[in-house]
Amino acid sequence: MMNTVAQLADMFLQTLIDVAPIAFIMIGFQVGVLRQNIPHLKQVLIGSFYVVLGLTLFLVGLEKALFPIGETLAKQLTDPAFVGGGRAADTLDWTDYYWTYLFAFAIGFATTIAEPSLIAVALKAQEVSGGAVGAWGLRLAVAFGVALSLAVGTFRIVTGTPLYLYMIAGYIVVVIQTLYTPRVIVPLAYDSGGVTTSTVTVPLVAALGLGLASTVPGRSALLDGFGLIALASLFPMITVMGYAQIGEWRARRKSAAAEQTTRDTDSDSATGTTAEGQSS
Amino acid sequence: MPTELIAMGRLVIGTLRDLAPIVLVVAFFEIVVLQQQVDNLSTIAIGLMFVMLGLAIFIRGLEMALFPLGETLAAAFAKKGSLIWLMLFSFGLGFGTTVAEPALIAVADEAAEVMAKGGAIDNDEVTRDGYSTALRYTVAVSVGVSLMIGVTRILLGWPIQYLIIAGYLGVVVLTAFAPANIIGIAYDSGGVTTSTITVPLVTALGVGLASVIKGRNPMIDGFGLIAFASLLPILFVLMFGIVVGA
Repeated sequence: MMNTVAQLADMFLQTLIDVAPIAFIMIGFQVGVLRQNIPHLKQVLIGSFYVVLGLTLFLVGLEKALFPIGETLAKQLTDPAFVGGGRAADTLDWTDYYWTYLFAFAIGFATTIAEPSLIAVALKAQEVSGGAVGAWGLRLAVAFGVALSLAVGTFRIVTGTPLYLYMIAGYIVVVIQTLYTPRVIVPLAYDSGGVTTSTVTVPLVAALGLGLASTVPGRSALLDGFGLIALASLFPMITVMGYAQIGEWRARRKSAAAEQTTRDTDSDSATGTTAEGQSS
Repeated sequence: MPTELIAMGRLVIGTLRDLAPIVLVVAFFEIVVLQQQVDNLSTIAIGLMFVMLGLAIFIRGLEMALFPLGETLAAAFAKKGSLIWLMLFSFGLGFGTTVAEPALIAVADEAAEVMAKGGAIDNDEVTRDGYSTALRYTVAVSVGVSLMIGVTRILLGWPIQYLIIAGYLGVVVLTAFAPANIIGIAYDSGGVTTSTITVPLVTALGVGLASVIKGRNPMIDGFGLIAFASLLPILFVLMFGIVVGA
């Protein structure tokens, strides 16, 4: 119990230190340059305290409940002894790592759903778009992107293929999608790449990458352990734009169906392929 | 006060949905795949309660403080009409929040180690510290510049895609010239720069600016600041690698 209290106090202090530069800049400009009263100052101060307190509890809770077990899992699921079921490490093929890919996918999805900065951006997007962009749908699309990126990223580490090939291929897909995506969603989609990887995801992803790179024969933990975060910041752009494209496509189909209901059965088979092609 | 408690209670219940996937995934791999017993169930339960409560309180604080603050600042800068101060503020916010970011410090230290082991820099503490600090400042400057560019884009109403695509081209070209061991670090540095407090604040600032400036659409022009902050560090670190490696 004492331990928990000390941990909380420690984390609270750490969070305060992290917030200090932001507070310093805000107060400096407020007092020195803008010289305007902040409306509802009391509410803002209470809210700021909530932000620090909330993050503190959140991080202490993660360290207690999630990180130890998640990191152990990442280590165990990348361990050649588990992957090969007793075979020597250098006889393993990339196909033997299916549990690793599946774990990477699942944990990428799950941690992204809980990511506080993504929740913030999703709330804002829902508010600004007047509900046209749903917060939950956006978070699901981003989480799916991170999940895919980690599955692909672990595959990359196992096979030892160079990171830049994946990045450049991803960039090309982003550029092509940008041409065909509803214009209002593009900036939000670009933003979603940067907000996905923070408090919850990064520690677990690092454990996963380092675990894999240090156990797969011929990989260097320091060189090949990097790159998972890079892909996790790229893929959500693709899935968010894909999500918007599917949404637009369905809206268009609905209005077309209202005019001509008979063609509905025909286009149903096409639904699956289009949706898949856009989101992968 | 009761309404406050009810709002908080609702948020706590809402976080159940946010955390259910993690619990399910960990439980599945622990119990079904690895067939292990889960130890310390009580510690885990307490930890999860902390996480739920923390998330709820954070979201409440977000709506009470971070969002309004970002918007108030945007409105105040627009009213003041001073471009220089707005630019300085943007740079300061980006630089200040990044330079001490724990995730960035970790990545920079690791990068210095990679370089020392690979023989690119001398393997002694002074050189490694110097390298790591230089890398950290490079990234922090890049985030400051990102917010300046992003804010300029909002003011002028430039479409974001041309700038971002130009940035990608830059990344591709620089990748060809950069030393191989910096590439992974550079690509990762884009993802570690944006912290949980910076993101809501910067988002609210962008949306706020786009809402007060005539002719700007908050959806099209307001978002996108974070996008620059995740792209420019890649470019800057690749350039850093070329300059230092040469």
